[in-house]
Order: sequence, then structure tokens, then C-alpha cells
Amino acid sequence: MKHDSHPLPFWRKYIFSTDHKVIGVQYAVTGLVFLLFGFALMMLMRWQLAYPGKPFPEWIAKMFSDQQMISGIMLPEFYNQLGAMHGTIMIFLGVVPLAVGGFGNYILPLQIGAPDMAFPKLNMMSYWSYFLGGVTMFASFFVPGGAAQSGWTSYPPLADIATVGQTVWLFGMVFLITSSLLGSVNFIVTTVQLRADGMSFFRLPFFVWAQFVTSFLLLLAFPPLEAAAVLQLMDRLAGTSFFLPSGLVVAGKVLERSGGGSPLLWQHLFWFLAHPEVYVLILPAMGIVAEVLACNTRKPIYGYKGMVYSVVFLGFMSFIVWAHHMFLTSMGTVMSSFFQITTMIISIPSVIILTALVLSLWGGSIRFNTPMLFAIAFLPMFGMGGLTGLPLGLAAADIHLHDTYYVIGHFHYVVAPGTIFALFAGIYHWFPKVTGRKMSEFLGKLHFWPSFILMNGIFFPMLLMGLAGVSRRLWDPTQYAHALPTQPLNVLMSFCAWGMALAQVPFILNFFGSIFFGKKVNENPWEATTLEWSAPSPPPHGNFENPPVVYREPYEYSVPGQKHDFWPQGMKEEN
Amino acid sequence: MKYYGWGLPFDASAHGAAIDRLIYVIHIFMAVLFLGWAIFLILSLVKFRARPGHKANYKLNHFKAPTYAEVGVALFEVLLLVGFSFPIVSQVRDQFPSTAEALEVRVVAEQFAWNFHYPGPDGVFGSSDIHLISPANPVGLNPEDPAGQDDVTTINQFRIPVGRPVIAHLSSKDVIHSFAIPVMRVKRDMIPGQVAPIWFEAKHTGNFEIACAQLCGLGHYRMRGFFTVQTQDEFEKWMNGEVQSKLGAAVPPASAPVPAA
Repeated sequence: MKHDSHPLPFWRKYIFSTDHKVIGVQYAVTGLVFLLFGFALMMLMRWQLAYPGKPFPEWIAKMFSDQQMISGIMLPEFYNQLGAMHGTIMIFLGVVPLAVGGFGNYILPLQIGAPDMAFPKLNMMSYWSYFLGGVTMFASFFVPGGAAQSGWTSYPPLADIATVGQTVWLFGMVFLITSSLLGSVNFIVTTVQLRADGMSFFRLPFFVWAQFVTSFLLLLAFPPLEAAAVLQLMDRLAGTSFFLPSGLVVAGKVLERSGGGSPLLWQHLFWFLAHPEVYVLILPAMGIVAEVLACNTRKPIYGYKGMVYSVVFLGFMSFIVWAHHMFLTSMGTVMSSFFQITTMIISIPSVIILTALVLSLWGGSIRFNTPMLFAIAFLPMFGMGGLTGLPLGLAAADIHLHDTYYVIGHFHYVVAPGTIFALFAGIYHWFPKVTGRKMSEFLGKLHFWPSFILMNGIFFPMLLMGLAGVSRRLWDPTQYAHALPTQPLNVLMSFCAWGMALAQVPFILNFFGSIFFGKKVNENPWEATTLEWSAPSPPPHGNFENPPVVYREPYEYSVPGQKHDFWPQGMKEEN
Repeated sequence: MKYYGWGLPFDASAHGAAIDRLIYVIHIFMAVLFLGWAIFLILSLVKFRARPGHKANYKLNHFKAPTYAEVGVALFEVLLLVGFSFPIVSQVRDQFPSTAEALEVRVVAEQFAWNFHYPGPDGVFGSSDIHLISPANPVGLNPEDPAGQDDVTTINQFRIPVGRPVIAHLSSKDVIHSFAIPVMRVKRDMIPGQVAPIWFEAKHTGNFEIACAQLCGLGHYRMRGFFTVQTQDEFEKWMNGEVQSKLGAAVPPASAPVPAA
């Protein structure tokens, strides 16, 4: 399996590349840029929430048109655009591409000892489809009426009758979904077919298992949303009424449509994707955390097999909990009981995985480097996100908490200090593999500590606001008497969010600076056991100099009788 | 009286105490679980920090405690479902009061207002038609229907008597709204094309507010309604006044030209 190193032109090597590593880096960098962009949208919203109706500072206001701000005051339409696009961008253009497209593409083939993905051209197509989706979403801000403004959930009839930005959003989604489908097929085939000799399924690193299950979720959950997006496009462009009932009166005028459709149909199709999508966001993060924890505790992770069974069960269960997002539609009690039960059941494997990760620390020899700090912080933060899901999963408590800030606090704890911290852990952990250089520990810690504190400053107050009953998606929460007592929290959250932006400066400096000035390291600077660390850093085209053979389980750290405290999977002799 | 502050809002409803109890119980449970985890986490981090002379232990301890904790969590979740959530949902969803005893109201949401339609003394809603909707007739009442002559409609003003069950038939003219009364622990999506009945009973009088909980467009933030719980006497007095003023007003015959809105 010797790969020819015939020179490729620049654009084939770095732009339209079929090498999984280049594509992984493309995904990761594009994803990071979109994360930053989505974060910027949120920082704008946070001004309006902290100071409702007050004009923005001059230097910010002059960047926006009259359709967005008038004399520096953000318009409600623009606020709704920012809200919808923040969600869309963070999930579909930021976290998933970074976690699955970036880490999955780069690390998964290396960890299973493959020379590349099974379908390199499909892989390239997957990235460029994602890129087109991203460009489409970004461009939607500049169409008449601005970007989509019906929430990232795009519930019809509101989305059906919204401005043209919604149509652009739907086209963007079709590109993004296509990209995910192509990617997921590729991951599944690669994992099944291209494992190195000796790499049995129970020798796969947990990260690979997490990506493998994630791919099935993407493959099986996205098609219904793709169909739904096409139906909504038909409603908007061809005058159909898939999601429009008869007898609508909009702005005092009878809507001239045939009607007969169902707004609820969209919600079912949407959440049939979007609940598994939550696990698409979280499973790769758990995978990264397992890798970083095992390496930095210098011992095997606790209950590896239990974690594998749990993650498979989790993937399966994630398909039958979706309607807990719809408890407040007029769902019957039998249906609501069913979805409450499945929701409680799905918490069990999540608790098992989290417990196993926490127990993995026990008996270790813990190194507190930057990736480890982020990985450790993931544990209580994801725990918080998971726990706050319980009251929302009980239909009775959900009556009060549904569509309040409690929901926002809950899922942000899962995704922001949960998944995004895990992604940071992954970046610091695998940066030496990608570049051959380490990131600065000092800047890393300067990134970690403020981010950790400020994250909680942003999201914990949301839970308190939610308990007070404050609705989400309000341009001006001070319109409501019940939102006034907790309004000072909005100021606190906004300052934490803006501080959060400052806390990312050390990361950005570290990321770009370390590419050129980071300390040069050998191929295995963390003394880790999984296969990617036996390839050169950065791995050449084709990854391994000789096809690797796997002799043991993934996390053989501190094995008694060995001279070193790590015993790589691909090492035949003693170590 | 201060109705809103930190923590859960004031509870003016008959069924809200059960919901609040569930919210408190589950949050105590969450806090205990989280603190337990956090203490174990911090203890592990300190005890097993890398330091000269300290080595990781390859041999995996098999912990019994997590299994017990796991089973405990699962059992507690069963309790939350069977002991709290199922009965509450069943009560608020299925066990409707009789229509003879309850006050019935239609609530019709639109961008960005709430229309309330009371059947009046005869207890029968007049028929309505979307083609009759106009600014003066927001729910499209048919002026020729005798059952509708004594019907009362209000905009953004929802009055109910204390201590009498209310059945509200929720619907929407245009997009999805969500009818939320924080002090009544009431919240339900209003999906166009459907009529969703809900019921509740107030046990305190007072002036409260209605919020829209589902993004319904650019005016979502100002879709605020007023919710007044009155004594039975005050409510009847108000209702009679409304009915009298409506019946007393010259009702234009259907053929008369309607002034352009």
C-alpha cells in the first residue's frame, strides 16, 4: 500500500484535495470561522437584550443598513434573523462540521490505521457541498428582507409566509444535508472496511465508536428533514399547502391557498432529525473527551465496553424521543406518556457514559495540561446540561418551562461548555499531530480559565430566568412584567458574552502562532497509545509508512511489567 | 401584591401547586446528584494528580456504588413519571370539568394580539366565518346568527371569575402562537387549523399577564395580554355591562354598507 508522492498542483493539494487530512483541516477551519461568526451574531443580540431599544455604539451601528438598525436601534426583524441564523450557523455550520467533518475526517482514518477515507472523492464533494451551504446561508443576510427569521426550527405557517430569506435558508439546508449524508456514508464504510489488521470492533478507540454511531444518526435522520425542506420550498415557491391548513387569515386578509396541510407535520419531520442531531453534537464530543482523559490519566478508561454498548443504545433511542419537543401541541396523554418514558430511558445511557468518564479519573496519574483541563470541564458542564433536560422531559414540569430561557440554558450547557469545550480539548490534543508543533500551554490556560468562568456566567442565569417564566426569542423582554425582576441578569449575561469574546483572543493567537512558532515535537508528544500517534506528524499522503497492525486494546496505559507507561496499539514488542 | 420575582412566579391556579412541587422535587434531586458528582470529581482530581512517585493504577477497580446510583436514578425517574408527571398531565389534559359548570371561552390568536370570545348569557357561541373578519369583527362573528347576538369579544383582555373552572378553546388565525399565563401555569401551542381545549381554575383574584411563548413574527415580543381574575359578582357585572352595551347598540342590518376599515 505504498502511496506515490507525485507532486500535485497547489489547487489539487490544498483546495480540491481528496486527502482526508486536508479535507479535515478545511472542515475544521471553516467550522471555526463559522463558530466565530455565529458567536458575533449572538453578541449583537446580547446588546439588545441587555439594553432593549437603546442605540448601539456608533462604530457598530454604522456597519448596518436601515433594514437592520434605525438610528442605531436594532429592529425586531433583524433580531429574529440573528436568532434564527445564530442557531443554524452554530449547529449546522459550526459544531457539526468541526466535530464530525473536522475531527472525524482527520482522526478517524488514522485511528483505525487506514490510508484515507473509503471514498476520497465523495469526501471532497461532501466538504464542498457544506461550503456551498455555508456561502448560501451567509449570503441570505443580503437578500431583500434579510435572512431567515422564523427561528432555526422554521415552523410553518410562519416560515411559509416569511420573506425570501427563508427560501435561501431552505436551499442552504439542502446543501448542508447533502453534505452530511455523503459524509456519513463515507464514515460508515471506512470504519467497517478499512480497519487495519487486528483492529477488531472492540479495539476501536471510543472516539471511532462515537463517530460511527453519529454517522448512522446523520444517515437515518437527515433524509426526513431533507424531504421536509423540499416540501417547505414547494409551499413557498410552487403554491402548495403541505404545511398550511385551510382558512388562514394573515394580517386581516384571507390567505389564498388551497390549504388542507398540517403545520404539525413539519414539526414531526423536523424533530425527527433535530433530536438525533443533538446526539450528533454530543457523541463526537464524548469521543474526544474519552481519548484525552485516557491519555492524561495514564490509565485505561473505566468500563470501555459498557460505554460502547451505551453509545449504541443512545443512538438507537435518540430516534424515538423527538416528540418531547412537542409536549405543548395538543398531543394526547398516551403519546405524551410514551415520549416521557423514552426520554427518561435515554438519560440512562448518558449517565452511564458520564459516570464511566468520571470514574476513569479514579486511580489515574492526572496531568493537567490544556486539553485535559477542557476535557475535565466538559464533565460537570455536560452533567449540568443533561440534568436540566430532566424537568423539560417531564411533560408536567414542561408546561411551565417550555419555550422559556430554561430551555436555552439547558441546551447551551450541553452544546457550548459541553461540546465546544470538548472540541477545544480536541484541538489542543491533536494540534501536534496536524502541524508537528505544540500549542502554548500558557496561552492555553489563559484561554481555559476565563472561558470556563464566563461560560457559566452566560448560561446559568438563563436557568433562573426560565424558572421565572421568561419566554425565549423576545426582542424586548422588558415588555413583560414577569420578565422585569430578572432583567438585570441579561446585563450580566451580556458582559460575560462580550468577555467570552476577549477570552478567545489567546486561543486565536495560540492557534495561528503555534503553526509557525510552536515548539516542535516528535510524532507522539503526549505518549499516547492509539494508532494516529504512530504516524509521522503531520502524516504524509497515505498516512502510515507501513500498514499498521494492531495488537491490543486502545488504552493500554501503565500496564504492569512494561518499562514505559504507555503501550501503543500498533507496537508488537514490549515497551 | 408582588407576583413576579426570582424563582417561580406567583401561583394563582388550582392545579399549579402540583406542577411547582414537581419542579422543586426534581431540582433538589438534580442538585444532590450534581453535588455528589462534583465532590467525587474534585476528590479524584486532587487525590490522583500526577506527582513524583505517584503511578497510575492499571488494574481497574470494579465499583459497585455507581451501579447502585444508576439504579437509584432510574427508580427515581420512574417515581417522577408515575408519581408526578403522569397524574398532573392526565388532570390538566383529560379530566375536563362539565361544560354546565365551567365558563367557556374561545381564544383566537393573531399576529400580534389575543381575541377572547365569550358566549354570553345563553352559553352558546355564535357561528363565525373567516370571510367576515374585519378590524371591527376580529373573530368573524356572523351577525345574523341569533346565538351570536349576546356574544362578547375582547382584545387582549381576558377576564375570568375566581373559583370557577374555565374551558378555553384555543385556535389561531395565522401562525403558531403559544398561549402562556405564567401565574396560571398554563401554556399551550395554538396551531392554525386546530382547536385545542384547555382548562384551568383560578384560586386568587388579581391582574396578571398573558405571554406568547412561541416565536410568531416580528411582534412576538409585544404580544402581551392582560389577564384579570375577578370575584364571581364583579365578573357577572362586567359581563352584563358588555352584553347590554352590545344589545343596546344599533346593530346595522347585514345589507347596510359597512364603513371601510
